[in-house]
Amino acid sequence: MRYLPKSDSERQEMLAVIGMKSLDELHAHLPADAVMKRPLDLAPGVSEYEIVDFFKARGAECASGYASFLGAGVYAHYRPVMCDVIASRGEFLTSYTPYQAEMAQGTLMTIFEFQTMICQLTGMDVANASMYDGSTAVPEAAMMACRITGRDKVVVARNVHPEYRQVLDTYLKRQGLPVETAAYDAKRGTVDLDDLARHVDGHTAAVIVQSPNFFGGIEHAAAIAEIAHKAGALLIWVFTEAVSLGLLEPATEADIVCGELQSFAISPSYGGPYAGVIATKEKFIRQIPGRLVGETRDADGRRAFCLTLSTREQHIRREKATSNICTNQALIALMATVFMSVYGKQGLRELATQNLSKAHYLGSRLPLRFEGPFFNEFVAKAKGGSPAAQNALLRERKILGGIPLGDFYPELADCALWCATEMNKKTEMDVVAEVCA
Amino acid sequence: MSGTGKTVQVLNQNEGLLFEQSSPGKIGYQLPPLDVPEVDPKVLGAGNARAGIEDFPEVSEVEVIRHFTRLSTWNYGIDLGLFPLGSCTMKYNPRVNELVARTEGLAWAHPYQPEDLSQGAMEITAQLERAIGEITGMESVTLQPAAGAHGEMTGILLIRSYLEKQGNPRKIVLVPDSAHGTNPATAAMVGYEVRTLKSNDKGMVDPSTLEAAMSEDVAAFMVTNPNTVGVFEENIAQIAAIVHAKGGQVYMDGANMNALVGLARPGDFGMDVMHLNLHKTMSTPHGGGGPGAGAVAARAHLEPFMPTPRLKQVNGSWTWDYSRPDTIGKVRAFYGNFGVLVRALSYIMAHGGPGLRTATMDALLNANYLRKRLEPYFDLPYQSPSMHEVVFSHSRQEKKGAKTMDIAKRLIDYGFHPYTTAFPMIVPGAMMIEPTETEPKQELDLFVDAMVAIAKEIETDPAFVLKAPYNTRVSRVDETMAARKPILRWRAPSPQSRAAD
Repeated sequence: MRYLPKSDSERQEMLAVIGMKSLDELHAHLPADAVMKRPLDLAPGVSEYEIVDFFKARGAECASGYASFLGAGVYAHYRPVMCDVIASRGEFLTSYTPYQAEMAQGTLMTIFEFQTMICQLTGMDVANASMYDGSTAVPEAAMMACRITGRDKVVVARNVHPEYRQVLDTYLKRQGLPVETAAYDAKRGTVDLDDLARHVDGHTAAVIVQSPNFFGGIEHAAAIAEIAHKAGALLIWVFTEAVSLGLLEPATEADIVCGELQSFAISPSYGGPYAGVIATKEKFIRQIPGRLVGETRDADGRRAFCLTLSTREQHIRREKATSNICTNQALIALMATVFMSVYGKQGLRELATQNLSKAHYLGSRLPLRFEGPFFNEFVAKAKGGSPAAQNALLRERKILGGIPLGDFYPELADCALWCATEMNKKTEMDVVAEVCA
Repeated sequence: MSGTGKTVQVLNQNEGLLFEQSSPGKIGYQLPPLDVPEVDPKVLGAGNARAGIEDFPEVSEVEVIRHFTRLSTWNYGIDLGLFPLGSCTMKYNPRVNELVARTEGLAWAHPYQPEDLSQGAMEITAQLERAIGEITGMESVTLQPAAGAHGEMTGILLIRSYLEKQGNPRKIVLVPDSAHGTNPATAAMVGYEVRTLKSNDKGMVDPSTLEAAMSEDVAAFMVTNPNTVGVFEENIAQIAAIVHAKGGQVYMDGANMNALVGLARPGDFGMDVMHLNLHKTMSTPHGGGGPGAGAVAARAHLEPFMPTPRLKQVNGSWTWDYSRPDTIGKVRAFYGNFGVLVRALSYIMAHGGPGLRTATMDALLNANYLRKRLEPYFDLPYQSPSMHEVVFSHSRQEKKGAKTMDIAKRLIDYGFHPYTTAFPMIVPGAMMIEPTETEPKQELDLFVDAMVAIAKEIETDPAFVLKAPYNTRVSRVDETMAARKPILRWRAPSPQSRAAD
């Protein structure tokens, strides 16, 4: 077998050193009833050529050649070639968590750069080395807020990504941390500030708001922060579309910013792997979950980097750790770092402006459901009140139309969530406008 | 030590932080011309548009590739040689897996595209679920957890919901003192009190200790098998019976599943639910810390509680089923780390059923070969037979003043990544070594030579070893200082200090 680098004579030689005659002796000590009595019921191994062929065939069974207007937490952005080139280097791809700093300065320095760029984008002081994704970063941030405030309730806006809210429920329910939901304003699609204020009280550890929200709308950080802070609660600011940070003023009023970096060079890949992140203010450093890389010196005074503040983590603190997270999304974070480096200060702004412009071109030709500013996503009423029927018409033109919202928001069953990025062409958008008119 | 054994010292490029190379106006990108009217950011609303991202890098494409390529040469990876971290299963990451994960229709599949345009992705998921069910001997598999610890959380949630359904979620989770830190951390996250059980003198779970701790308040016992000493729990069936007799459930941490594939199945030896780290056993790359995937396999009685959505076949087509009244809920958005799942299935296809078993045998062979060859030089605290890894202790070397971390640092000079140091905690000064099946005999022999040479150095000149490594870019990085005054990001030098430069 091509992945097993031994000849039979080498195996025999090694067995002789051990003092055994056959490989079976290696497991002769296992309790008899624990050992499998038959071979695995899996097909015999196949060649590289057959493997490639199999996955090409499966790929062909998925959408290809469609213009797509799907967003909702997963965005189609161009991926600079450099991102895969760097992430494919074996020294990054096949290395482990950088516990041995002398052999991992490359990984450590890229994580330090990642943490820095996330801080610059979010306006926070410190960012961790990544979480699994945006949806799991939210409950981790919520638990962090509970530890900081010593309170147990969180209030989440109903226009936060519905799947993120479901994950939040799963995590918090069993810890006895109640989750309350605050309504969105029916006209603007942004958080209903009066309803939010009604839910926030002396037991509230955190208010969780997403901006751009699930409907694409921009939330008002200062007003929401005031409601949270007046009650002694923290504000957790969530983002799913990282490209928006190229143009949107960061919510420095927030105490914790967390979100999803899929937009930064990570292919949609049917839902993962992506990379989440949590950033916060300096004073909350010791409650942040996940790995952190810090700058230090070596024995000869040279600048060096290492994992730090690990007494927060499970391998040291066990059941008292800030989280059980161990493996994170380092390679994905590296790809995001390369993406941010390639686009840089000027590029990220231009990229964001293109997204803004494309979405507003499309938005200007569809019946918008909500008033107010949006970035590259918006909700529009469907032709004849049926997003499904509208999408069926668009599919005939090789277009995947906006996501029907009825499953997530029954009151918006006649609407779809549209997204346009720099990848969408004017000609496609004109077809959408024509079909949906 | 130039040119001996595995390494030779060569030139290596210096490199600063990317920010230090930034200069206003440099660019590394070009976007196509905008084909719609450009919109003024003012439409975002008053005060919502930012002026610019302060101090964000401005570099060219050439500088980007040099920067990251230079940094990559400061790293060590499996592609360079043995990476013997215990319980981490650092095996070869087949490159075809990287290629197929980038297949057009798969890499660009949006999780919300119509199901009839996602059948290929769903078929891959279904085939991997089936393969993992067969390998673990469990009826039900979910591929949604993003990593091992996330799989643990999913598994303990399954147990909690199952017990809740019977009227009482119970209060306590038991873990052995040899367990990974994620086990107790997970139990706490799912709302359980953690109690730790002492291992016996074979490094195993003591059935009588377990029996004494077991009560109707105990929801689950979390066991790693083979355990972190690399030993198969000889009383595993009895362990399961003790827990089940009091109505508890057995969770198996499958971090060490590389020792069992094709040889023994947790479902057959009494485990109720387990996770499997696809980035260990199924060869998907660790990538400097992730991404992974933490598939969870469970017996039939836990199936109703599996996270949503579940794959279901209706009229020959795959569909996602969200209407599951007893589900624990969603553990993450969408359907899991699909790109990692593609790589894992590609690995399983390459080996096939018989090949997976051969791989297991070679993993056992490599670990036992290292054990035999290193035993004359290092103390072996537990004599129990080794499976896929072996744990030595530094006790002989410590008498001369060198500890496990010193030996590890010196190993770097010989061109090897160190083994796992100081874990499991039941072995003082642990040196935990897992070679995996993908190491040639020649590489193992070089490793033995290095370890023996270090043992001899400690005999003759221990002080020399205490300052290792000598041949690396940095040495003995000051972790204490890093934690005392955390510098967790770069900041632009202030104008005053710039002037001083």
